[in-house]
Amino acid sequence: MTTLDPKTTDTADSAMSSRSTGTKATRAIGIAATFAMGWLVLFGLVLSPADVNQGESVRLLYIHVPTIWVAYLSFVVTAVASGMYLFTKKHSLGWDRLAGASAEIGVAFVGLTLLVGAMWGRLTWGVFWQWDARLTTTALLFVTYIGYLAVRRLGGSHEQRAKRSAVVGLLSVLLIPLVHWSVVIWRSLHQTASVLDTDGNIDMDGTMLFTLFIGVIAFSLLYLWLVMHRTRALAMEDMLEDRGLDIALAERRAEGGTR
Amino acid sequence: MPPDADAVVDLHDVVATLGQFPALSGATMRVETGEIVLLRGPNGAGKTTLLRLCAGLVPVVRGTALVLGHDLSVDRDRVRSHVGLLGHQNGLYADLTVIENVRFWAATVGATDAEVASAMERMGVADRLASVSVSKLSAGQKRRTALAGLVARRARLWLLDEPHAGLDQRARDDLDNTLREAAAAGATVLVASHELDRAESLATRMVDIVAGRAESGGSR
Amino acid sequence: MSVARTAWLIARKDLRIEWKSRVITNQVVPFAGVTMVIFGFALDANTDVLELVAPGLVWLATMFSLLLLVQRNFSVEADDGALDAMRVAGVDARGIFFGKVIGLALQLLVLEVLLLFAAVVLYGETIRLDGAVLLVTTMISATCGLAAVGTLYGGLAAGSKGRETLLPLLTLPAVAPVLIGATRAVESALGTGVAELSDGWQWVSLLTVFAVAFGVGGSLAFGPLIDE
Repeated sequence: MTTLDPKTTDTADSAMSSRSTGTKATRAIGIAATFAMGWLVLFGLVLSPADVNQGESVRLLYIHVPTIWVAYLSFVVTAVASGMYLFTKKHSLGWDRLAGASAEIGVAFVGLTLLVGAMWGRLTWGVFWQWDARLTTTALLFVTYIGYLAVRRLGGSHEQRAKRSAVVGLLSVLLIPLVHWSVVIWRSLHQTASVLDTDGNIDMDGTMLFTLFIGVIAFSLLYLWLVMHRTRALAMEDMLEDRGLDIALAERRAEGGTR
Repeated sequence: MPPDADAVVDLHDVVATLGQFPALSGATMRVETGEIVLLRGPNGAGKTTLLRLCAGLVPVVRGTALVLGHDLSVDRDRVRSHVGLLGHQNGLYADLTVIENVRFWAATVGATDAEVASAMERMGVADRLASVSVSKLSAGQKRRTALAGLVARRARLWLLDEPHAGLDQRARDDLDNTLREAAAAGATVLVASHELDRAESLATRMVDIVAGRAESGGSR
Repeated sequence: MSVARTAWLIARKDLRIEWKSRVITNQVVPFAGVTMVIFGFALDANTDVLELVAPGLVWLATMFSLLLLVQRNFSVEADDGALDAMRVAGVDARGIFFGKVIGLALQLLVLEVLLLFAAVVLYGETIRLDGAVLLVTTMISATCGLAAVGTLYGGLAAGSKGRETLLPLLTLPAVAPVLIGATRAVESALGTGVAELSDGWQWVSLLTVFAVAFGVGGSLAFGPLIDE
């Protein structure tokens, strides 16, 4: 993953003079992701069978499961990148931008997970929402990272933004196990009857498992492609602000005369 | 410590921003121990930002800034507690009395009750004013209270932003005498002021701030 | 100055400010009381329902009041630049954090007792003697967690634009475990519905872990958050 190495994006001008956020690597990943998505559509909609209990609605799981996997992956990346920013000597802004890009994508994917999950729930359980431990944790995760993104937009210098959001990024990680723990005990104490008796477990046959596997690959590639582009776009935004500062600086110096 | 430990403030081509605006556009300035330096310049020249930067409240974006021998970009924490700043705000708790405020700020650096009493005496907020709630004070009295808190803290570097504004004649004299004594005792003072007549007689040196840059006006 | 002494200095100062200004006494306490009354309107003053959900409503009112308390506790610092002055004075950030947490926790505890009393009066809740130890332990551990989270995000939001909206956005999801845990534990302590007394203690352990996690995490994070 050398292309994701923050060092290359850190020094503002090197390699960033191009007007595009694409490179050979992202193009390759993009093509691979497109192919994988095509396979997913083929297997998910055509080749895999409908479920005995759930019927056609089982096909929603081929999006639902991969998106939540990608969401968790992206929040792990955000946490690791936040830690790398805070605890490495160089305090490279590249890590900060990677953390931000990953969190943005994570929030989008959790949103997608919840949406698809609600549709699936309506078809399978008869309701959009169940107060199930995993669902509740996911919903709180969604709001927590929306808060993280709000902190990123508070303004100030790049370093201020990086430090503040890295700290909040790590605090959010602290929260996940606590939230999960609390909803797990909560739901295990209150065994409410589910609306339909099926709790969502399916006996997957080989084709279905394979389709799910393609889904995970396809969405992971999509994540990789998005995060690389977004990280570079953020680097360009930062660079633009730095250029803006240079211009403003020159203007201010001119204002003081040539003394 | 860097070799040049004598300079209390040593700025080299310092850039600092407020939002995206470069309030300091490359300030270079040196201040030695015991000096009283007057920062002159029109509104918006960057005087306030310069003082806040020396206090570690505004980050250094470019250039190097050494205060009391420490690089502000590296260890700001070691500069703090040796620096006293009086900015546009007084840093007072409106619901507490004068003496409670001064005691609180003195306690943050472990100053004694005797030091609190003498500081309040010096700034003329002892006696009758001491037990009055800050919310009931006039602007000038609030300023004097804030200065008393600063005096009690025995800072090595005093950063004063428009300290004379709102003070009456007596309070100004009290302040100037206090600053001269502090400087004689080894403290260093940076004052930004528009009260030029008064400040020029107080200062040992003038520095003009023009469009975010500092230019030494030389010794007086 | 040691962290403990700084914390004590700050907590004492905050409590003294409240003692003199009575802003919380005169505004937040009535607000919390009104909340308890309008919960009654929303649930159609159905005493059976109200008695059942009273513990949850008490904690919900506490959370809303927490936001107001945090804003008040940081506006006294931000109004005249006192927080900046503390940074310049080199006051230890951990000391500031623990000081604000202690002050906030004491204010919250008083409020919670009043809200519990309101639940007894308005919703017909009964307090059992054998649940008293659980009740008190729950309140203390939950309050410490709430105060830690509130102070942490209050400090972050204090200097920034849009702090009124940022604070609830960050705080409410973070205190969700406390709301769940403290509600269930108080249900056990009061014997609401089918709750068993013995069920309550596992929630106390959750609340304690939460308070310790955010106490330690907050004391480390507070410095970087208010400094930049």
